[in-house]
Amino acid sequence: MATATIEEDRIDALFGALADRTRRDILRRVLVAEHSVSALAAAYDMSFAAVQKHVAVLDRAGLIAKRRRGREQLARGEVGAVRSVASLLSDLEELWRGRITRIDDLLAEDITKE
Amino acid sequence: MPVTGVTSDLDALTLTIRAEFAAPPERVWQIYADPRQLERVWGPPTHPATFVTHEFRPGGRAHYFMTSPEGERYYGWWALTAVDEPKSFAFDDGFAADDTFAPVEGMPVSRNLYTFASTDIGTQAVFESVYESVEGLRKVLEMGVVEGASSAINQIDALLA
Repeated sequence: MATATIEEDRIDALFGALADRTRRDILRRVLVAEHSVSALAAAYDMSFAAVQKHVAVLDRAGLIAKRRRGREQLARGEVGAVRSVASLLSDLEELWRGRITRIDDLLAEDITKE
Repeated sequence: MPVTGVTSDLDALTLTIRAEFAAPPERVWQIYADPRQLERVWGPPTHPATFVTHEFRPGGRAHYFMTSPEGERYYGWWALTAVDEPKSFAFDDGFAADDTFAPVEGMPVSRNLYTFASTDIGTQAVFESVYESVEGLRKVLEMGVVEGASSAINQIDALLA
């Protein structure tokens, strides 16, 4: 029972963290490369403290990992830990389906022009 | 529906897409040989691609960037390893940090083989991509290529499964 509650709490934290547009945007950035919190703060039209708060929410949800480098606080995305290879490949498949539709559309233009 | 088959090999980290096009291989080939046509199909509508270099020959390189809706650029390069017009070409695809297009150390590189065979309808195309690692695959997808929302939803699916 206690385990189930912990798991529910984790899911709450995850959904809460992802329910905000700025946090999703921060997550996208830190998945690509590690960013300092100050570099992230510079990217948004909001205070350093507000961005730091968003980073803290993502951290509590287990979506990012933080570490210190001197006076800087660095954040990196951690989504890989909970994503399966199958879901990664299916995302890639989506990209490909889009590409093939675009090739088809481009080829269809030839016929229209004739 | 032009996609005729999708095979993913989870162990080999390989994705193979088969598609049939109503145009001969020579015409499909042009899409890859001409950077202006290629950039119309490479990036999703949300992240259009711009090819600044396109040396479509063995040993040649292609340099491109994709632009996010926020105007952020994601740089990438191809190193063409084989080009056999109009039947097939092979290339390595990787990331660059900026517009020098120098490969980023430690960033994933995928190996790709695209083949085009003539059929009654037109062309049977096979697009094969092999990734080095799960981490590499993840980075490719998070590099702004796929909308974050779908990734987030998949992640939630994984948690609830």
